Amino acid sequence: MGKTLLQKVWDLHTVRRLPTGQTQLFIGLHLVHEVTTPQAFDMLRARGITVAFPDRTFATTDHIVPTLDQGRPFQDALAEAMLSALEQNCEEFGIPFWNLDSERQGIVHVIGPELGLTQPGMTIACGDSHTSTHGALGAVALGIGTSQVRDVLASQCLPIDPLKVRRIAVNGELGAGVFAKDVVLEIIHRLGVQGGVGHAYEYGGTTVDRMSIDERLTICNMSIEGGARVGYVNPDQTTFDYLRGRPFAPAGDAFDRAVSWWRSIASDGDANYDDVVEIDAAAIEPRVTWGINPGQSVGVSEQIPSAGDAGSVAEALEFMGFTGGEPIKGTKIDVAFVGSCTNSRLSDLREAARIAKGRRVAPHVKALVVPGSRAVRAVAEREGLDQVFRDAGFEWRGAGCSMCLAMNPDRLEGREVCASSSNRNFKGRQGSPTGRTLLMSPAMVAAAAIAGEVTDVRDVLATAEAV
Amino acid sequence: MPSREIDRIEGTGIPVRGDNIDTDRIIPARFLKAITFDDLGDHLFEDDRAMTAEHPFSKPVYRRAHVLLVNENFGSGSSREHAPQALKRWGIEACVGGSFSEIFRGNSLAIGLACVTVTHEEIDRLMAAVERTPSTRLVLSLRDRTIEAAGRQVTVGIEGSVRDALLTGTWDATGMLVDDFDVVRGVASRIPYIRGF
Repeated sequence: MGKTLLQKVWDLHTVRRLPTGQTQLFIGLHLVHEVTTPQAFDMLRARGITVAFPDRTFATTDHIVPTLDQGRPFQDALAEAMLSALEQNCEEFGIPFWNLDSERQGIVHVIGPELGLTQPGMTIACGDSHTSTHGALGAVALGIGTSQVRDVLASQCLPIDPLKVRRIAVNGELGAGVFAKDVVLEIIHRLGVQGGVGHAYEYGGTTVDRMSIDERLTICNMSIEGGARVGYVNPDQTTFDYLRGRPFAPAGDAFDRAVSWWRSIASDGDANYDDVVEIDAAAIEPRVTWGINPGQSVGVSEQIPSAGDAGSVAEALEFMGFTGGEPIKGTKIDVAFVGSCTNSRLSDLREAARIAKGRRVAPHVKALVVPGSRAVRAVAEREGLDQVFRDAGFEWRGAGCSMCLAMNPDRLEGREVCASSSNRNFKGRQGSPTGRTLLMSPAMVAAAAIAGEVTDVRDVLATAEAV
Repeated sequence: MPSREIDRIEGTGIPVRGDNIDTDRIIPARFLKAITFDDLGDHLFEDDRAMTAEHPFSKPVYRRAHVLLVNENFGSGSSREHAPQALKRWGIEACVGGSFSEIFRGNSLAIGLACVTVTHEEIDRLMAAVERTPSTRLVLSLRDRTIEAAGRQVTVGIEGSVRDALLTGTWDATGMLVDDFDVVRGVASRIPYIRGF
């Protein structure tokens, strides 16, 4: 019987069995940002411990970064204190740090792959639940909390219980206007927001095989929204082609040796899975969330469910101001946000720009595009995407997490409704306790910004082709 | 550095009904803008509490509770340890629920906050008992894997590793992980991408 990638990576990184029965797992790459680490560094100092592997630790700033005025000190004194703390901690403990003046700064889950830090067969940890993103390159990537950040800083290890592996095979052709975001929203809708607890999700099938790394990153990113601890795609030629030439990827002959090892850690053909789920790609349409968790989505041509007997549906309808039974299409929006670690990469911006080009944002809509990294922003500007967005009435911003969780000045006000390419539609997530979020693909966000309401991006694409 | 051994947790309960209560609701992101965990307890469920005067965390009758009672998938979403930190700083010492998100449970263990599960029917019964009589005493024994309330004792679910870590005071894992560090360096040196391709 063959092994899964998870088993192979797990075995390779196992240090020992702890007295509690957990596995002590070595972490190959530790990514650090300003929000979940200041207390961890304080705990190290209090215990007189240093960072065990500073050369396997990299830091950037993303969550609190203002996307308009990045002058220091920040207007927000609390945000300034957080960035100052990270600056001091990185200097004191010898950790490389890509600050706001670095061309490598960006959302931690965007820059890891972009710089080639994220590689197949790695174990990765970061104090952020969307660390699962990095699995797109065949890594086992774990989101952790602050005390665990302390432990990884101190030991480069985590105590962890074993995981089951569920293979999610997506087969067939996606229709025009249907994207990786729609696939993962469909998966979470089908399997539930806690369906993945105790599991790693292995994504495969012909649809995923054909996907670019950007698309795979979007899918793995939202594994955590389905309750899975990690999500990954087996490394293949697409992965190797993506990594070749990136700053932290092996170069020359070492790259070829790396490729043969990367191939070897992919799941074997006869690997044993705890279960297998099949998804038909052709049946997926653009999806939109209507509720208060990412499992609560419908196809854009469908109706919002009625309350029935499920208490959580009633709670969601009440918060969102829906009665139930009405179509999601036509829902008026106030704000449109293209960004976040889910959908802020170059291909996402290109898809949104394709819809925005030659059109105008509805007068009542505030629309912003926030690239995931300085590098994405620079390439997008070379391609003229910034101008396309500006001409259409979108604001073009600096790189960061921005309105995904509103720890910077970008946030919803009052009961505003936001069409968002981010990952969470939780109550209050986008900065206003009563603000409402509709999750969808970047192209759907752009289409909603222009229509001023939820619309089917496939109709926009069809019109464009007719012209 | 050994941490405190945790076995029995005793006290009154506070029921928070609802499935999928995410960590953004437990502690909204704006309160993460701080470099310490110190004041988090004051902002627990702040936005939920603003929306209903009936929120259990706003009711003085529950103010001294030590045991949080919840439904399914509690603590989903963000990996912010700030959520269990806020609960602990408010006074919660154990969470009893239908189920928990994995990261929340891990973060809770790392700060010595026990999360145990009971069946859907039992959590409903416990919540109802506490709502009826907020002074109801709950006694959780990790050693016996039981919770007792109002003269009724039921079995709780807890992973063996989590129970061991709490009972033996090794939930603060740093000491264990840095112990015999040559073994860690040895494992690292045989990993191809660490060793170099």
